[in-house]
Amino acid sequence: MTANKKSYSIPFILWIIAGTVIPLASIAYYGFTSREGGFTFANIAAMFRGDHMQALGLSLSLALISTAICLVLAFPMAMILRESKYGKQGFLIFVIILPMWMNFLLRTMAWQVLLERQGVINAIITAIGLPRQEMMNTPGAIVLGMVYDFLPFMILPIYNTVSKIDNHLIEAAYDLGATKGKVYTRVILPLSVPGIVSGITMVFIPALTTFVISNMLGGGKINLIGNIIEQEFTVNSNWYLGSGLSLVMMVFIIFSMLMLQKFDKTGGANLI
Amino acid sequence: MKKTLGRIYILIIMLFLYLPILTLIVLSFNDVKSMSVWGGFSLHWYAELFQSRLMMGAIVNTFSIAILAALIATIVGTLAVLGMASMKPRTQNVLLGFNNIPMLNADIVTGIALMLFFLMIKAPRGYMTILFSHATFCIPYVILSVRPRVNKNTDRLYEAALDLGATEKYAFRKIVLPELKPGIMSGFLLSFTMSVDDFIITYFTRGAGINTISTLIYSEVKIGIRPSLFALSTIIFVVALAVLLIANIRQDKANNLKDARAA
Repeated sequence: MTANKKSYSIPFILWIIAGTVIPLASIAYYGFTSREGGFTFANIAAMFRGDHMQALGLSLSLALISTAICLVLAFPMAMILRESKYGKQGFLIFVIILPMWMNFLLRTMAWQVLLERQGVINAIITAIGLPRQEMMNTPGAIVLGMVYDFLPFMILPIYNTVSKIDNHLIEAAYDLGATKGKVYTRVILPLSVPGIVSGITMVFIPALTTFVISNMLGGGKINLIGNIIEQEFTVNSNWYLGSGLSLVMMVFIIFSMLMLQKFDKTGGANLI
Repeated sequence: MKKTLGRIYILIIMLFLYLPILTLIVLSFNDVKSMSVWGGFSLHWYAELFQSRLMMGAIVNTFSIAILAALIATIVGTLAVLGMASMKPRTQNVLLGFNNIPMLNADIVTGIALMLFFLMIKAPRGYMTILFSHATFCIPYVILSVRPRVNKNTDRLYEAALDLGATEKYAFRKIVLPELKPGIMSGFLLSFTMSVDDFIITYFTRGAGINTISTLIYSEVKIGIRPSLFALSTIIFVVALAVLLIANIRQDKANNLKDARAA
């Protein structure tokens, strides 16, 4: 195509500048600026304050636990999907995608309805004569919400990669005398790494940064790092501190993604 | 044995995914405002939902923003792909790198960044800022779905059409556009669904007094869950089910047609 076609990209380039570059630069600007307007590292260093460190630690551990549970639940499902017949496969994928189309706030609310003191599960428990359980406002409730909301994002990318594994490779491994366990650990698992990596990315990052699930299922009593940042912007109106904390969180995300990329030799080509 | 285990596993996952949704659907028809006592069948939570002007306004906002954002993103993204085709690979890679940022960034960071940007340029936050933000996070998805459709062959056919006397416009309409169409369509649909589903970025870029379905749900849940939200869940679930079913049936039909032609 002719050279002047390049100008077609101009709206896009302007949009990137206005929508991505300048906004991210302003986070960096506010993050290194004090309330009085001078340069400071205080907003960054604030991450090491006790309550912030506690929130970050809790976020990391809850996100890691949820990601691990999603992975353990998703891998067998992806393998079952791979081995089912064409028609059944289509139906199962349909059933996994459908909940993703429901607003995730409503899906999280559903767990509130189930776990509440006066909720559905407690009604069943007390009906069979067991004592009422306090399930809401616990880290467990938050993990449950995360797993429920993000499980499809783990199943689908893993299914995408395992469905492409050539059956001949697996047969060849058996022919050469591999046991079932060996076939899984030496053939199937290594070949599904790209899917696992993108699944982990798609679950871990939203789980690490969420403030919605912790707010709805933690009753505002459990603060994750997402809640702290959100409150700095909406309640305390301290954009400087909020930006500083966001910068540190971004570093965490970039660092964990780089670690993950090491495992994935396709360089994240399967991310979507 | 293995088959039974597989079936049991599928059943467990299905129950996990659908029991919470089913609970909401059942409770939406409950006459009393209780999460554990059944007080008889009633539709009055649906009536309450449809009488809520806040909710109706939020529904209109959600869908108009989604359609406009998807349209803007599709146009800007498709043009970008066409322009990038005649750039050096290095420049293309730089642009694609920037393009990936909103997709890889956590939503909360994208939302905060845009909010700070609007505050800095003193743009009043409302409908337009939400629309701008949604288009911002939709463009990358359009580019990623359209770009694979541009290839050397399109270029050659386009040149050939020009050599044979077609005007640029005509060649574009007859050669380039049909080649890109599937990518453009999926980019638009992806953008639309991402926009409808978004909460976090909208939350930070909206002003007071404007709501989408997501932000309204969030503020209502914070005050206390009302059964009209169960009614809303039921409606959204049924609509999603219908849309996906229709899409699947059409896909099947298209596949059958293709098979028939191939045979």
